[in-house]
Order: sequence, then C-alpha cells, then structure tokens
Amino acid sequence: MQAQTLYEKLWSSHVVHQEADGTALIYIDRHLVHEVTSPQAFEGLKLAGRKPWRIGSIVATADHNTPTDHWDLGIQDPVSRQQVETLDANIREVGSLAYFPFKDARQGIVHVIGPENGATLPGMTVVCGDSHTSTHGAFGCLAHGIGTSEVEHVLATQCLLQKKSKTMLVRVDGQLGRGVTAKDVVLAIIGRIGTAGGTGYAMEFGGSAIRALSMEGRMTICNMAIEAGARAGMVGVDETTIEYLKDRPFSPKGEQWEQAVDYWRSLHSDEGAEFDKVVELKAEDILPQVTWGTSPEMVTTVDGRVPDPAAVTDPVRREGIERALKYMGLAANTPITDIPVDQVFIGSCTNSRIEDLREAAAVAKGRTKAASVKRVLVVPGSGLVKRQAEAEGLHEVFLAAGFEWREPGCSMCLAMNADRLEPGERCASTSNRNFEGRQGAGGRTHLVSPAMAAAAAVTGRFTDVRAL
Amino acid sequence: MNPFTQLDGLVAPLDRANVDTDAIIPKQFLKSIKRSGFGPNAFDEWRYLDVGQPGQDNSTRPLNPDFVLNQTRYQGAQILLTRDNFGCGSSREHAPWALEDYGFRVLIGPSFADIFFNNSFKNGLLPIKLDAAEVDELFRQCEASVGYRLKVDLAAQTITRPDGRSIAFDIDPFRKECLLNGWDDIGLTLRHADKIRAFEDRRRAEHPYYFA
Ligand code: SF4
Repeated sequence: MQAQTLYEKLWSSHVVHQEADGTALIYIDRHLVHEVTSPQAFEGLKLAGRKPWRIGSIVATADHNTPTDHWDLGIQDPVSRQQVETLDANIREVGSLAYFPFKDARQGIVHVIGPENGATLPGMTVVCGDSHTSTHGAFGCLAHGIGTSEVEHVLATQCLLQKKSKTMLVRVDGQLGRGVTAKDVVLAIIGRIGTAGGTGYAMEFGGSAIRALSMEGRMTICNMAIEAGARAGMVGVDETTIEYLKDRPFSPKGEQWEQAVDYWRSLHSDEGAEFDKVVELKAEDILPQVTWGTSPEMVTTVDGRVPDPAAVTDPVRREGIERALKYMGLAANTPITDIPVDQVFIGSCTNSRIEDLREAAAVAKGRTKAASVKRVLVVPGSGLVKRQAEAEGLHEVFLAAGFEWREPGCSMCLAMNADRLEPGERCASTSNRNFEGRQGAGGRTHLVSPAMAAAAAVTGRFTDVRAL
Repeated sequence: MNPFTQLDGLVAPLDRANVDTDAIIPKQFLKSIKRSGFGPNAFDEWRYLDVGQPGQDNSTRPLNPDFVLNQTRYQGAQILLTRDNFGCGSSREHAPWALEDYGFRVLIGPSFADIFFNNSFKNGLLPIKLDAAEVDELFRQCEASVGYRLKVDLAAQTITRPDGRSIAFDIDPFRKECLLNGWDDIGLTLRHADKIRAFEDRRRAEHPYYFA
C-alpha cells in the first residue's frame, strides 16, 4: 500500500459520502460545545424541528464567560450569565455524554477538559465552535474549529461538509535548549511561515524535538496551528500519547483499551509519505520568543529588538508594522528586554495545563512580583488542573510571589469576563492572540511562554529566562 | 438562507491586511444569544471613538472620522474590498453575521482565512478571491472615483468593472449551487441520512470505544 500521511488516514476513515467536486461528508466522533458559539445553533435546530443525531458525542462546558474569582457570587454580568444559563438549558433539554457546568469540579477551558478526561482520543474527528480546537490534534486525531452554522449541522447530522486539505509537515529536529519550551517552538514556526502560511493545509508537527515533547507541549503547539493559518494541527500517536490516555475517565478500558491501542499505533504518517509542503526548523536555533506586534507572526527572540519599519521595502508590510508599533506604543529598535509590563497573564488553552504551571512556578519560586507590575493572574485551565497544582503546592509558590491564584476559565485570554487590560496597559501573556483589543480595548499583548511570563512578572520587564 | 444571484453594488475599500475577527466584531458582542443585530457593531473599535457595549444605542456614539467606512461616499456599500488573510482569528460566525447585517453581500480580496471563508457562504455572504494585482487595481479605481460600483454575477462567475472589464472568479460548484438557491446545508446532508447511519453502524462495530 502507498505510504500515507496521518491526515490522509484520518480523512479517509471518516468519509461518509463524496460529491463529484470533492466535497465530502465527514463523520464527526466528538462534538465539544461551549456557551459562546452554540446558542444560535441549538435555536436553529429547534426552529427547524430537528433532533440531535448522537448526543453521546457531545461534551460541553462553560468557559469563556465564567468569572475566575468570587464564584460564590455567581456570574455578575447579566449578559454573560444569560449565555451560560442558555447553555445549561440547552444541554439539559438535549442531553450529552458529559457536561461540566460553571462551578463543577471538572469545569474548565473546553480544550483542556477534552483531553484530560479522555474525551479526545486518537483516530477521532473532533470539532468545536472554536478555532483552537486544533489543540486536540496533539492526540493524532483530526480536530478543527467550526462556525455556528456548522455546530448546528453537526448536531443535526453528525457530519460536516468538508474539502480535503493539502498537507504540510513542520519538522523540528534536534534538542531544545534550556528554558526553551513548546510555546517558543510554535511562535518560531509562525514567525517563519506567517499567520497565513498554513492556510488551506492540515499541518502535522514532527521531528525529534516534537517527539520529545510531553502531551502538554504538543497541545500547546497544535493549539497555535490556527495562528499559522491551518485549521488543523496534528502529531502522530506514540507511547507518550498512549501513556497520557491510560485510565482517563472516558478512555477505553480493559479489552477495548487493548483493541484501541492496537489501532492507535497505526496513526502516524508512514515512512516516505509525501506532503504538499515541508518546513524544517532546527531545535537548537530556537530561542525564547516574544511578540512585539498585533499578530502572532510579529515575533522575535528575547535578545532581539522591535523592528524598524523604515528598513522594510514592501509598503503593505511597512504600514502593517507602523500601525502595530503605534498601537503597541513601541519605538522602532527598542531592545525587547527594555520593554516594561503592567500585567502578566498565565493561562488560556495554550498554556494553562499542569506542566505550564510547573514551569511558571519554577521561575516564581523564591522570587516576588516586581513592584511596577500591577497584577499577575494565574488561571488554571480546569478544575482538575487546579486541584493537581494545589496538591503540588504550586499555588503557594504563586501566592508567596504576589501572584493571584484564580478559578479556571478562559479569563484574560479574551476578556469576556471581568479579567481584562485597561487601555494602554501592557501584558506578558501566555495566550495565543495578540490582536488589537483582544485582552481588553486598547490593551497591549505580548505572547510568551509560561516561564517567560513568570520572568517578566518578577523583573517587571521582558527578561531572558535563561539568564535568571 | 437568502439566495444570491446578482448584485450591482457600491464598493468600500478596507485597505489593511490580516483583519481579524476580533476587529470585525469585538468579543463583548459575542455574548448575544441571537444571530442578528450585529451590524451596528461591525468594526466597532475602529468605527467609534468610545468603547462599545452590548445593548447600547449606537446612533448616539461618536464616530471615528478617520475610519474609512464612516466616509459619506461609502454609506450603503454592499461590496467590501479587503487585503490578505481577511477574517483570520477565531471561528466566530458572528463575524459574517456582522458583515451581513451591516449590509455587505460580497467580499473581494486576495485571500481569506479558512474558517471565515467557510462561514461566509453559510450566511449568504460571497467571498471572492482574486489575484493580488487585480485587487490592487480595484482598490485604486475605487479610491479614485466616488460612487464606484461593481456588478457581481454569481451564475456567470464574473465581476464587471465600470470601465466594462469583466473579471472571472472561481468558486467551488457545490457552494455556488447552494448560494444560488439559498439551500440549507443541513437539509442537503440529511438526504444522505441512510448513508450516515450505515457508516455509523460500521464504525461502532469496528471501534466501539468511540461510542462509549
Ligand atoms: S482560552 Fe482563549 S483561545 Fe482558548 S478557548 Fe478560551 S478564549 Fe479561546
């Protein structure tokens, strides 16, 4: 048989029907649901008098609008509360495999709870009305974000209309240096290929540096595949994947586990499989990254400088840089380590898992927040992550350093709840988007790894974590 | 969904690359549980001088005179010229809802983000990809002449400029058919319900652990 890529294997095992022009109906195994992109879909379903096709595929949680402190007070913002209550009512009416509502011990960011509960499994198709669904591809599954019309479509038909993507392999070989994390790898990839570099592709991450990463690290990388323009990111299954999934609540058990693992071991690109495009990076060349602009591709290394638009010849690019620098309040050629921060956010579906918190805590340990930093928010990705971190005493490290230890949720990743930047405030953030206004109108976001965020918190400016 | 066949519409130019969905509709408006009413908040942060909140009376807010869509000459525009990677960022369908509610029916640009592109079709919005040089020329013409209009004919797959030049565009035949007829994807898919059921039964037998 011809050598196949992982994407081709996942694709061909889910085609229900194909039109002459290549549009295919793809069967969906797992449907993750959150409160922001689902109300209109449930409403549409009801209005059309349709029933959900397979409620056992649905795993739901409330994450975007939930507050991260004073849970005893409930959700103060009436509009946010209505959205969360609408999800409660919809799931109650329709049913689901699992629902982790606001305040549930297992509630959390949808892309954190899927994997940690074993609801995301290799070989699946996973969708959610959320672009960072690419995260789940770390498990050797085909996972991508969909719009609300598609949420409704999946609810009603268990299928999605899709065209096959082209394939791209991003190979990172070698060994990452000390203090260099998965976040730095993916920012370096985006810096290389640009935010539209992966448009139209399903992006597989491979190479020895990727293989050496934990599942948390792989999720961080796949999470940001969408920031490189690819709807789906993925990593082939190996022992790390299987080890992670063993004994998770929804992972198969007993004989079914053996059967599943047998199949899962085939879920990687075959030797010699051909990709439409291959991009290669050397792990040794990757340094800690910091974004300086308003798009994730506007990134440089911690020892770098803010670029000078005057040195750019392409007028569209030059204007883009000028606009970004104006928004970010930065002068050309400023060394990155001269940039002070007002707030620090450690959280989001990119970097809120236990390993991320451990990395941040390792830097924070024995140090304290710089006096010039107004606030450092540490927001675990889920209730389970929170409990684990507390069992390891990480929360005490954060609290001793003057950081705030919060309840799980999306929080200041997109500032739909009360956690946000004030206009002009500058933030070192472990999230995935530095768009204008993302963390609050007028707020200025710099994307970094958890360790780099903690380093900024204790020094008050961007600091090379390797020199601390 | 409203069918789309032909449009002779006023054109507005939005001359920046990487316009993301947060810019098209800022997140505070995502809290709505409705599909409509997002138009007055399309491009909210660029369009107004204050910070918008859901449920506000937008007609009394201070407009940003520097934002291109606020210029008198572009009022009532139904066609938006865009640059590279328009609609990047989140999968929120609120972005095409906001553009559609604002009054746009056609977007023309060199490239669009995948999810946004897909979402647009499902909401009767037609995104058209053209060569960067072709888009450049449209920007130039549009900015040079007040009241610049284009004719878009979906069946013929052409855009006709005021100078008579006709530009052909590509569109996936299935999407074209759906848009021309205003067809609902779900109804179309459910014609294959038997096939879906058969596929599902087979999958359940082969991989029972996905159906726990
Ligand atoms: S953490 Fe941020 S990126 Fe992730 S799902 Fe929540 S809002 Fe989206």
